[in-house]
Amino acid sequence: MNTRRTSGPAGRTGRRRAAALAAAAALALGAAGCAGGSTGGTTNGSGPVQLTYRIWDKSQQPAMQHIVDAFQAANPSVKVTVQLTANAEYWTKLQADATSGSAPDVFWMNGPNAQLYASNGILMPLSDKLAANHVSLSDYPQSLVNLYSYKGTQYGVPKDFDTVGLWYNKKLFDAAGVKYPDDTWTWQTLQDAARKLTDASKDQYGILAPPFGQENYYDTIFQAGGSVISADGTSSGFDQPAAVAGLKFWTDLVKSGASPSLKTMTDTFPSQLFESGKVAMYYGGSWDTLEFAKNPNLQGNVDVAVLPQGTKRAVAIHGLANVAYAKTKHPKEAAAFLAFLGSKQAAEIEAQEGGVIPAFNSTQQSWVNATPQFHLQSFLDEVPYAVTYPTSKNTSAWQSQEAVVFGPAWEGTTDVATAAQKMAGVMNAALSKEK
Amino acid sequence: MTHTAAARPAARPSRAATRRGRRPGRRRERAWAYLMIAPTTIGLSVFYLWPIAQTFYDSFTSSGPFGGSTWAGTANYAALAQEPTVGQAVVNTFLYTAIQLAGIPLAVLVAALLNQKGLRGRSVYRVLYFLPVVTMPVAVAMLWRWMYDGNYGLVNYLLSTVGIHGPHWASDPDIALYSLAAIGLWMSLGYNMVIFLAGLQGVPTEFYEAARMDGAGPVRIFLRITVPMLSPNIFFVTILTVINSLQMFDLAYMMMSTPGSAAGAANPALPKVRSITYLFFQKAFIEHDIGFGAAVAFVLVGFIVLVTFVQFRLQKRWVHYV
Repeated sequence: MNTRRTSGPAGRTGRRRAAALAAAAALALGAAGCAGGSTGGTTNGSGPVQLTYRIWDKSQQPAMQHIVDAFQAANPSVKVTVQLTANAEYWTKLQADATSGSAPDVFWMNGPNAQLYASNGILMPLSDKLAANHVSLSDYPQSLVNLYSYKGTQYGVPKDFDTVGLWYNKKLFDAAGVKYPDDTWTWQTLQDAARKLTDASKDQYGILAPPFGQENYYDTIFQAGGSVISADGTSSGFDQPAAVAGLKFWTDLVKSGASPSLKTMTDTFPSQLFESGKVAMYYGGSWDTLEFAKNPNLQGNVDVAVLPQGTKRAVAIHGLANVAYAKTKHPKEAAAFLAFLGSKQAAEIEAQEGGVIPAFNSTQQSWVNATPQFHLQSFLDEVPYAVTYPTSKNTSAWQSQEAVVFGPAWEGTTDVATAAQKMAGVMNAALSKEK
Repeated sequence: MTHTAAARPAARPSRAATRRGRRPGRRRERAWAYLMIAPTTIGLSVFYLWPIAQTFYDSFTSSGPFGGSTWAGTANYAALAQEPTVGQAVVNTFLYTAIQLAGIPLAVLVAALLNQKGLRGRSVYRVLYFLPVVTMPVAVAMLWRWMYDGNYGLVNYLLSTVGIHGPHWASDPDIALYSLAAIGLWMSLGYNMVIFLAGLQGVPTEFYEAARMDGAGPVRIFLRITVPMLSPNIFFVTILTVINSLQMFDLAYMMMSTPGSAAGAANPALPKVRSITYLFFQKAFIEHDIGFGAAVAFVLVGFIVLVTFVQFRLQKRWVHYV
């Protein structure tokens, strides 16, 4: 709208005089001052070293602050500021900051972005710094360590993780006389139960089958023995028969009417439909725990079990990591803080107040104990056979296309195999651009 | 800059001297003038002109997500011609724009009705119509999402009371764009109305009196006097509507995104709603292909320039300046 009418004044800029230049200089200095102030990571003489720690989850902010407090108590010469950036703008802002050379010293990283940032030299390589700071990668699930390693170099210290479980509504199970899910369940058991628990006359559904990756078809693709991305990260696994079987598991549930339609699950978010008490089963993450525990309608009615097995047991595992900025002014202090964030002490604080499963092995039990009304042990029981969340150097280039390509298959207007073939083509094209 | 500044005073000393007397006074005055426009000029250059130039350059490069670009010639534009989503995005954008243009007569009508002297609670109506304009688009979109919900939404509830089973307004690929356009109409109606109300204040009352003396009815008066007299305002609103509609993004982004997951993650209607700006956002910031995104942006700039140029050429035929 404002792109017009700019030629007039531009033609006269030659006549600018000293006063105008002075004003320009003043403005520029002011702007520079603002930029410097917001990025942090500056030393003021002999004072403490200032570090910035950027996170995106408001509900975890108190826990993060307590971890920072504990770190500062042990390291009085370092001052860490926790900086909260809303999830919606976190990545856009981080990308802009990294481009202009002013990213925070230490920040949260997720799987889909890890290789993107590591391969572009934004993240500090940690391989030699870990041992020096007494961090042992064997303290974390291997699948999480892998997520943050790129070309043999470690770039992140695992912070937490999440797996997906089968949440179910006991009230609906009791009413339909169906046995609660347990670790003996297979795909077939689930499909039968979903059918029995569906009652169209009462607007009641057996299960929710949205086209989500981690919560739905990644798990079933792995359970069918398939993969989303090849082990070397260069080709798509969507066109393999096992992947098609994993996708079809869900589209069949929609087609049979055991799940609400895609349109309904688009209008109302699946977890909300489950919380309304009209749906018996829901593949939900460990992150749903807090929300479900708070909902008074679900009190005593809801529990969680491990996912039913296909040809084998599997679940997608994803987790966040703490990473350091490659160009931080204080690499030594940043590495020390990073090590502390990955310590058992920090993990204990996180388990008790953070609401997420800490990545540090042996501390996860505190998370389970914090919400005794659910059988949260299910999420931990899945870890031994968990499969690393599929990522590549530019994950979102293909991942953001999945829902669009799979949508018609969920709506029943396209054959599943055709959609899977198309997605493999889109993904392979995106992967070939990564080189 | 310095050499032109040095050359200028020598070139025209006499005129300045004869018109305003002593030169130093004039000079100081001019310095003040530049000082006054400096913030705008600098702001415009830093926040508009420079980014436009940079984007134009980027559209000819293959740039990584963190800068560091390599020259790619016209490869992005060639890829754009091959990209299947571009054509649909152009269709979506122009369809949306056409519907928004259809809202202009509506705004003229509403403004003419609200301008009637005898109307009770005139200011209340004006506030109600204007309210959506000053409401955050994000809040508006969230509210409409809830109203458009196929199973539990207010719209379908109201329809069900008269026995109609309403569709999924925001997630049915065949309907979502029209649902979105309806929100756009509702949001812009108030703004357009205010401009037309202002225009109506400027129409001399003698015209109406004369028309009434000649026996013209209210419809004839509206069509033969109100509309032609408002034509400069209509022209202005048309230009703005076209430019704004071609750039539509926030509504689509909010309506298509799924709370708690990635943008546009699972809405089956996205391909039929995605505007050119949405495509630009997706390419540049989700898929991290800055060069391609910049090329998309410049295709949009091309469309806007073209359409606006045509509109200015056509205005002689129907716009009457008094």
